[in-house]
Amino acid sequence: MSLFQLSWKNLTNKPLSLALNLILFALGTGLISLLLLLSSQLQEKFDKNLAGIDLVIGAKGSPLQLILCSMYHVDTPTGNISIKEAKPFMRPGHPLIKAAVPLSMGDNYKNYRIVGTTHDILALYNAEIQEGKKWEKIWETTIGAAVANDLGLKIGDRFQSSHGFASDVDMAHEGDFTVVGILKPSGAVVDQLILTNTQTIWAVHEHAAEASADSTAHEAHTDDSKPLIEYEDKDITSLLIQFKSRNYMTLNMGRSINENTDMQAAMPAFEINRLYANMGVGVDALQALAFAIILVSGLSIFISLFSSLKERRYELALMRVMGASRSRLFFLIILEGLLLAVLGCIIGLLLSHGGMAILSGLMKDAYRYAFSGWVFLKEEWILLAGALAIGVLAAVIPAIMAGKTDISETLAEG
Amino acid sequence: MLQTKALQYSYDGRNQLHFPDIDCKKGEHWLLLGQSGSGKTTLLHLLGGLLSPQEGVVNIDGTNIASLKGSALDRFRGQRVGIIFQKAHFVKSLTVEENMLLAQQLAGAPPSKPRIRALLERLNVGHKYRSKPDRLSAGEQQRVAIARALVNQPAIILADEPTSALDDVNCNEVIHLLEEQATAVAATLLVVTHDSRLKAAFHNQIHLQSLQGNPL
Repeated sequence: MSLFQLSWKNLTNKPLSLALNLILFALGTGLISLLLLLSSQLQEKFDKNLAGIDLVIGAKGSPLQLILCSMYHVDTPTGNISIKEAKPFMRPGHPLIKAAVPLSMGDNYKNYRIVGTTHDILALYNAEIQEGKKWEKIWETTIGAAVANDLGLKIGDRFQSSHGFASDVDMAHEGDFTVVGILKPSGAVVDQLILTNTQTIWAVHEHAAEASADSTAHEAHTDDSKPLIEYEDKDITSLLIQFKSRNYMTLNMGRSINENTDMQAAMPAFEINRLYANMGVGVDALQALAFAIILVSGLSIFISLFSSLKERRYELALMRVMGASRSRLFFLIILEGLLLAVLGCIIGLLLSHGGMAILSGLMKDAYRYAFSGWVFLKEEWILLAGALAIGVLAAVIPAIMAGKTDISETLAEG
Repeated sequence: MLQTKALQYSYDGRNQLHFPDIDCKKGEHWLLLGQSGSGKTTLLHLLGGLLSPQEGVVNIDGTNIASLKGSALDRFRGQRVGIIFQKAHFVKSLTVEENMLLAQQLAGAPPSKPRIRALLERLNVGHKYRSKPDRLSAGEQQRVAIARALVNQPAIILADEPTSALDDVNCNEVIHLLEEQATAVAATLLVVTHDSRLKAAFHNQIHLQSLQGNPL
C-alpha cells in the first residue's frame, strides 16, 4: 500500500468529487491546448502558403478577400481583371518581377477549385509531379494530391466542372476535363487544387454562354496556341507576383497600381498580419476564459481536499499512531492534489487532440487544409508543468494542516 | 517492558494529573481501572507516545520514549506499540485487508498477505478481508482493530475501552481474543477501562484515583 495507491484510493472513494475536479481541470487545459493547436496550425499553414508571394494583383475590392481567394482559396474573387491591363506585369523580362502567375477561377469539381494558370505556379509552391505529366493542352488537368486521394481520381479519368465554388449538379458545365497528372503531396494549397490552363477556363465559360444558341463543339472557339498576353480582350482573376528583390521600387509599384489603374495590389504579409491581429482578440478572450476555468478548478481541488480533511481527521491521526510521520501525511495530501491536476490535464490534452482530429475533418472544407490532431507542441509541456504547479499550490494548505494533525487531541474526541 | 515513573500531565497548567507508577513485565496482562475523568485516556496517550509527559518518564522495552523525536518516535510507535481504541476507526477508502497492509507499511514492515489473512482468520473475520470497514458490525470492527494492532507483532498492546461499545457476548469474546492474541505474540497487554465486567479476567490491576472537582 504505497502512498501513491493510498492517495488514489482516497480520490476514487469519492467518485463524484473526483469527476467534478477532473472535468473542470480538463475543460480548462483542453481549451487552452485546443487554442494553441488551432492557432499554431493555422499560422503554420498560412505561412507555408505565403510561398514567397510578394504581391497579389486583382480587381478592386477588399484586399484581404483578394489574398484569401488567390492564395488560400477560401474566399470568392473580387472580380476579374483584363489581360490588357495586367499585361505589363506578365511580360517576361520585367526588371523587378521574378515570376508572375495568372489565376483564373470560377468553377469547381465536387468542391475542389479548378484554377486556370501556367506551369509557373508549380515552382511557386515547390510542387512536383508524382504521376503522369503537367497539363499542356486545353481540357487537360493536373490535380493536387488531396484531390486525387479524396475523389479517387486517376490518370485518364474524365469529369465535368460545375459553376461557382460549391458542388451543384444543376450548375454543371458541359465539356470533359481529363486528368493527365497528379502532384506529390506538398502540404501547401496546391494539394487541394485542380490545375489546368487559362484557356480552358475561358472555353468553359464561352461554351456556357453560347450553349443555348449554338451547340457546336467547344474546341472550335478557343485555341491555346498563343502566349496569354496576346489575348488582350480576355480576363483573368488575379496575378501572383514574386519580386526579384524587395526595395522601394517594388513598394511603389503596389501603390501606383492602386492609384493609377482599375486593379488593386495587395501585400500578403501585411494582410495576413492584419488577419492575425483580428483573430488575436478572439483567441485572447478565449484564453482568458480558459485560464479562469483553470483557476476555478484549482480552487475546487483546494476546497475538496480541505473539506475532506475534516472527515478524515481521525483517519490521519490513526495513520500517525500506526507509524506515519508528519511529512508522510503532508505528501499524501500533496499527492492527491497533484494526481487530480495531472490527470485532469492529461484528459484535457486528450480531449483537445481528439477534438482537433474530429475538427480537422470539418475544417478541411472551410479552410482547404488538413489539420492534424496528433501533433504535440512544446507549449503543452508548459501546460502540464503549470498543472503540476496548480496541483501543488491547491494542496499545500490542506497538506500543512494534515501534517499538523494533533494525534492525542483528535483521538480523544473520536 | 513498560515502566513509568512520576508521570504528570496538565492540559491547562493548573489541574495536574498525577499517575501511579507502572511496571509491567514482558508478557503480563494488566487492567487499568478508573472512572470517567480520571485521566485514563491521557495516560494511555502518554504510554503510546501520542502525548509527551510534562514530568516523569515512560520506558518501553528499555527505551525512554521522550528521547525519540519526530518521525523516529512515529516509527518506534508503529513497530513496538499496538493501540486499540474505544471505537474502531479505519482508513475509509481502504478495505479491511488494505488497512492491515497500510499498518505494516507505515511501520516499515514488509507486507505479508498470508500473515494478515491468518490473523483475520484467528479473529473470526477472515471472510471480511475484502469488505470496507464501515460495512462491518461494531464487534467485527473491533476484532479487525485488534488484528491491526497485532499485525506488526508489537512489544506492547494498549487498549482504550475496547469493550465499552459492545454487548456482553461480544465483550467476553473480544477480551478473550485480546488476551489470547497478546499471549500468542508474547506482548505485554494493558487494558484501560471503566468497564467492571472485565475485573474478573485480570489478576494484575491498577486503580486510578478520580480527581475530585477536576474532571477532564
